[in-house]
Amino acid sequence: MTDMSIAPILMQGNEAVAEGAIAAGARFFAGYPITPSTEIAETLARRMPEVGGSFIQMEDEIASISAVCGASLAGLKALTATSGPGFSLMQEMIGFAEMAQIPCVIVDVMRGGPSTGLPTEPSQGDVMQARWGTHGEHSVIALVPSSVEECFTLTIEAFNLSEQYRTPVIVLSDALIGHMREAVTLPEPGSLRIAERGTPDCAPEEYDTVMSDLDNILPRPPLGSPFRVHVTGLVYNRRSGAPETGDPQVAGDLGRYLREKIYHHRDSIARVEEYEMKDAEVAIFAYGSVARSAKAVVKWARARGVPVGLVRPITLWPFPTLAVDRMAEQVRTVIVPEMNLKQMSWEVQAAVSGRTKVVDFGRVDGKLITPAQIEELVKAEFYYHDWGKS
Amino acid sequence: MSALVDEQLLESPPEGDYKLPRITPHKTSEIVPWLRTPKTIWCPGCSNGTITRALIDAILGLKLDPEKVVIVAGIGCSGRIAQYLEYSTVHAAHGRALAVATGVKVADPSLNVIVAMGDGDCSAIGGNHFIHAARRNIDLTALIFNNSIYGMTGGQMSPTTHTGDKSTTSLRGNVEAAFDLSELAHAAGATYVARATAWGYRQLVDVIAGGIAHKGFAAVEAMAACPVYYGRFNLTADPAEFLKGQKKHAVPASKFEEGESRLRDQYPVGLLHHSERAEFVTSLARVRAEAQEARNG
Repeated sequence: MTDMSIAPILMQGNEAVAEGAIAAGARFFAGYPITPSTEIAETLARRMPEVGGSFIQMEDEIASISAVCGASLAGLKALTATSGPGFSLMQEMIGFAEMAQIPCVIVDVMRGGPSTGLPTEPSQGDVMQARWGTHGEHSVIALVPSSVEECFTLTIEAFNLSEQYRTPVIVLSDALIGHMREAVTLPEPGSLRIAERGTPDCAPEEYDTVMSDLDNILPRPPLGSPFRVHVTGLVYNRRSGAPETGDPQVAGDLGRYLREKIYHHRDSIARVEEYEMKDAEVAIFAYGSVARSAKAVVKWARARGVPVGLVRPITLWPFPTLAVDRMAEQVRTVIVPEMNLKQMSWEVQAAVSGRTKVVDFGRVDGKLITPAQIEELVKAEFYYHDWGKS
Repeated sequence: MSALVDEQLLESPPEGDYKLPRITPHKTSEIVPWLRTPKTIWCPGCSNGTITRALIDAILGLKLDPEKVVIVAGIGCSGRIAQYLEYSTVHAAHGRALAVATGVKVADPSLNVIVAMGDGDCSAIGGNHFIHAARRNIDLTALIFNNSIYGMTGGQMSPTTHTGDKSTTSLRGNVEAAFDLSELAHAAGATYVARATAWGYRQLVDVIAGGIAHKGFAAVEAMAACPVYYGRFNLTADPAEFLKGQKKHAVPASKFEEGESRLRDQYPVGLLHHSERAEFVTSLARVRAEAQEARNG
């Protein structure tokens, strides 16, 4: 993988994440081996030094995310990659990155859990942990690829969003997407949008007097600069950056800002693929690897003249409310198949708020939800259709 | 003897060959500009202020570019140093200062990264990071404020609370054994290990400066006085008496005899260990150069 070309190449999801990170300009990776994410570390152990970056293997996942925070504060785009147990260990420092507004990317290649669970099998059991895993009120961005190509493009997007909003961004891959190999056509390097970290356009002595607002999130200068920044996990004054835990107004202002920083922009952040939705009476709401089965079912149904469509969130968090609103107004049933027991289905139910029926289907045995299983759910919604023998 | 199996250690120069920097303490008017605030949350009689001053003295004495100084601190009484110092500073999470600092140093090797930690921060919740930073021999200076207790939370036993000591969580006396942090650092592979007391200010400044100047992982154990919690429960609540106790307990490393009662009653101070071996960030740079050369042919 020395040259990216427009000719299709055979690539693994985890390798595509690694190449996406390099293409996004990431020059620091810290990680700890864990199935099924290890190939990301292995690929970057080779690639980072080649491009002048650093790969370090840390003593555990807590150290890995900590080092990623440190490297980002020193000015580099940085990432780590892990799976369920490691993702759990990282939660405290993900909270630190939220609080201290440190851009970084965390790739969670989901496997069956809880605990050691099913190390080599896919799951979507971490979608709520991605949202609420760290303590305290916060916002989060999480992207969920459903192909090897998206492993590449969404890793780049994750870095762009993390720089733009000065926040950790989570990429929720899974054991199936991560280990799958498929032909991908990578975009030409020049065609990619890459968000670079800026520097404040003010003098160091003026830095404490300028303040980010929701539409103008200012970059933080790196450690070791004339700005002499202070970075803290304590509640701090948004203007000066100084810790200030005794003033409820300061604490409330920061708390609301950290949430609104993302929520205010959720319609522009949230990306959704709507497939065959134009005249759909029933929608399948599916993400990640399950969306592949769902799309096959839509094709199968359409071939039989049955109006089924797919709503595939590419951005899981912030939740794509606009698209779900459209869907709720249009269809009579939403089918939510997922490799967990109702985690996103609850979120869909809350968003459609009784406007339409939500049918959930969960699987937690480490096996992908098959098209045949979703077909049965579709047939039940179109019981009056003559399905023949197929 | 180090726990590491590394041939480079055998080639180390004798410890006596290494000369510590000799820093002349600076006037208060020279120290104050490097503090962001005159206020601290530290109790009256706490020696964290003394250790903070010693750190500034060392930085000034070494004539470091202040813009290239980064302080990464953990959580606890000592962790507050980050918000008080007028350098680039990070007040990280409990126990994680060394891991954060590792990322900072690898990302920008031009920085002088000093890591301030408490004894619990360093050897309980952050113990894993401590031994691995030492093993890697990454060019960081770990300044450990050892007050033998968790002060911020009100006086609970820590891994450096001595057997028999009382705390709010060892009411009948601690049944656990204490870590000797300097020995731990040495065994884990630190290439510079020194200890000094808040009482022995000049020595404290010199061993901090020596740690910063050293290319590799430096552990500097600053014996801190906590009369309010540790002292009140165990030795003395009088700050002056506490410091006099340090004077009595601290024995120059050259005069310290192995086998004597250690830690609580008597401990060696000064430069305890010095050696040279491959430094982590330098080694990464070599790997990078080799990889780029191999790729470009």
